[in-house]
Amino acid sequence: MARMKFLCDSERCIECNGCVTACKNEHEVPWGVNRRRVVTLEDGVPGERSISVACMHCTDAPCAAVCPVDCFYTTDDGIVLHDKDLCIGCGYCFYACPFGAPQYPQKEAFGVRGKMDKCTFCAGGPEGKDNSDEERQKYGKNRIAEGKLPLCAEMCATKALLAGDGDMVADIYRERVTKRSTRPQSWGWLTAYQEDV
Amino acid sequence: MSESPSGMNRRAKRLRAMLWSVVLIAAAGMLLPLTAYVWTATVQAQESSDAAAADGKNPRSEYWREVREAEPGYTAVRGQETAVLIQSRGQTWRELRNGPVTVLGAIMVVGMLVALAAYHLKTGGAKLEHRTGRKILRWAMSDRVLHWYTAVLFVILAITGLSLLWGRYVLIPAFGKEGFAAWANIAKPVHDYLSLAFTAGLVVMLLKWFHHNVPASYDREWFRQAGGYFGGGHPPAGFANAGEKMYYWVLVVGGTALVVSGFYLLFPNLGFERAAMQNANIIHGASALVLCTAVIAHIYLGTLGSEGALEGMISGEVDEGWARQHHNVWLEEVQQGSARPAGESGGRSAAAPT
Repeated sequence: MARMKFLCDSERCIECNGCVTACKNEHEVPWGVNRRRVVTLEDGVPGERSISVACMHCTDAPCAAVCPVDCFYTTDDGIVLHDKDLCIGCGYCFYACPFGAPQYPQKEAFGVRGKMDKCTFCAGGPEGKDNSDEERQKYGKNRIAEGKLPLCAEMCATKALLAGDGDMVADIYRERVTKRSTRPQSWGWLTAYQEDV
Repeated sequence: MSESPSGMNRRAKRLRAMLWSVVLIAAAGMLLPLTAYVWTATVQAQESSDAAAADGKNPRSEYWREVREAEPGYTAVRGQETAVLIQSRGQTWRELRNGPVTVLGAIMVVGMLVALAAYHLKTGGAKLEHRTGRKILRWAMSDRVLHWYTAVLFVILAITGLSLLWGRYVLIPAFGKEGFAAWANIAKPVHDYLSLAFTAGLVVMLLKWFHHNVPASYDREWFRQAGGYFGGGHPPAGFANAGEKMYYWVLVVGGTALVVSGFYLLFPNLGFERAAMQNANIIHGASALVLCTAVIAHIYLGTLGSEGALEGMISGEVDEGWARQHHNVWLEEVQQGSARPAGESGGRSAAAPT
């Protein structure tokens, strides 16, 4: 079985935000909810790099560990998903997440946040039927069920964002690093997967 | 065999030249390698001046340092803290919340229940030694309403709040995920909306009863005798004994922590960042558990633990015997008429001449 992972090659990301746009369009996420974002550090000075970040589908997911209603589950592919029918919108997963992945449609007085939304690795949710109207409405498209990989990575023009089986992703990245003789920087992997490339 | 003086001269010259060259070679052999130090020093000086030109920083290592330290960069995505790539505080929060707060909190609350049960089984609680039948007004109607209003809200908030903390371990196994989520979906808004009403009650209560809870000199004696709970007589006590005063001050400190941290959690719209929310959550949980433990002890001592105490908070009046037994200083003050009126209807007090 595959173990799905994301890897963003910071030497390649050009901050075009194509992944962000692809995600928003594919899943029709509501206004204000951003399952993926591109962050640029050292903007405009030597050493500037950009990284595209979303839910990393952690091995020992902090969100799942702190959820009061235990609404998270990990699929056989290692994808961390959650059940919006159980979610009470308490915000704990957002406190715990290192990557700022959990999103809420609301943020109002008296702790009103609405049901949490996050990157599903394009794998939908726990609804019985893949790509049913209900699933699409709550979680977006289920591309994994169609045998496709996440659209953000598929759309990435420079192939900076890699998504897929962790071993394959790591192989591709290692080959790149060897060819260009750079130091490997598998961003976020240690935090998410407790292992490097 | 004889040699010419010139030949001797030549040989001596050659020998001298040889000696000198050996000395020179030896000296060069020792000194030349040392120039490496000069070379490195020069290079280092060069490098440091280069580095100084770039603020003494290596751009690449600088970049990953900023990532690790959660420094915000630029992102086109609008929102709070969206420019932060990674925050490690969440891990600390997770460990504190799932560890000490959840576990130590349970040990504290359950420990108090067990300790009180053991105490009650052993001693049977404090019995009212002598019921005189004469009544003294202890809690005016306004005090009683305030007490029960805050008490009921506290219990509701405790049950709903503890559901979110322990429900996953206690209630999900019992009701299943769907069943518990249905309850949690009610518990959360109930907790959030009633919190303000509770805060109002708590604040008024703490202000209104402050004068009962100023430490007095005889409180030391109460502590020395451990309140008389473990044998011995009845240590002196005013309107509130030293234990009750302690309970009051636990409410002051714990209640303030609870209310302030709760405020942070209640209004995510005011722009509090994750760090504030994480700290608030830990403080809220810890203070709530301390208060729950204290309240459990309070409930026991107000009901089973002290016969005759509860009537004071129901009818407002206590038996004179109970007052003598537990609050002798207060009783004296009442009988001398020097006690601050317990309520709005001072005429019902036994101190009033009839």
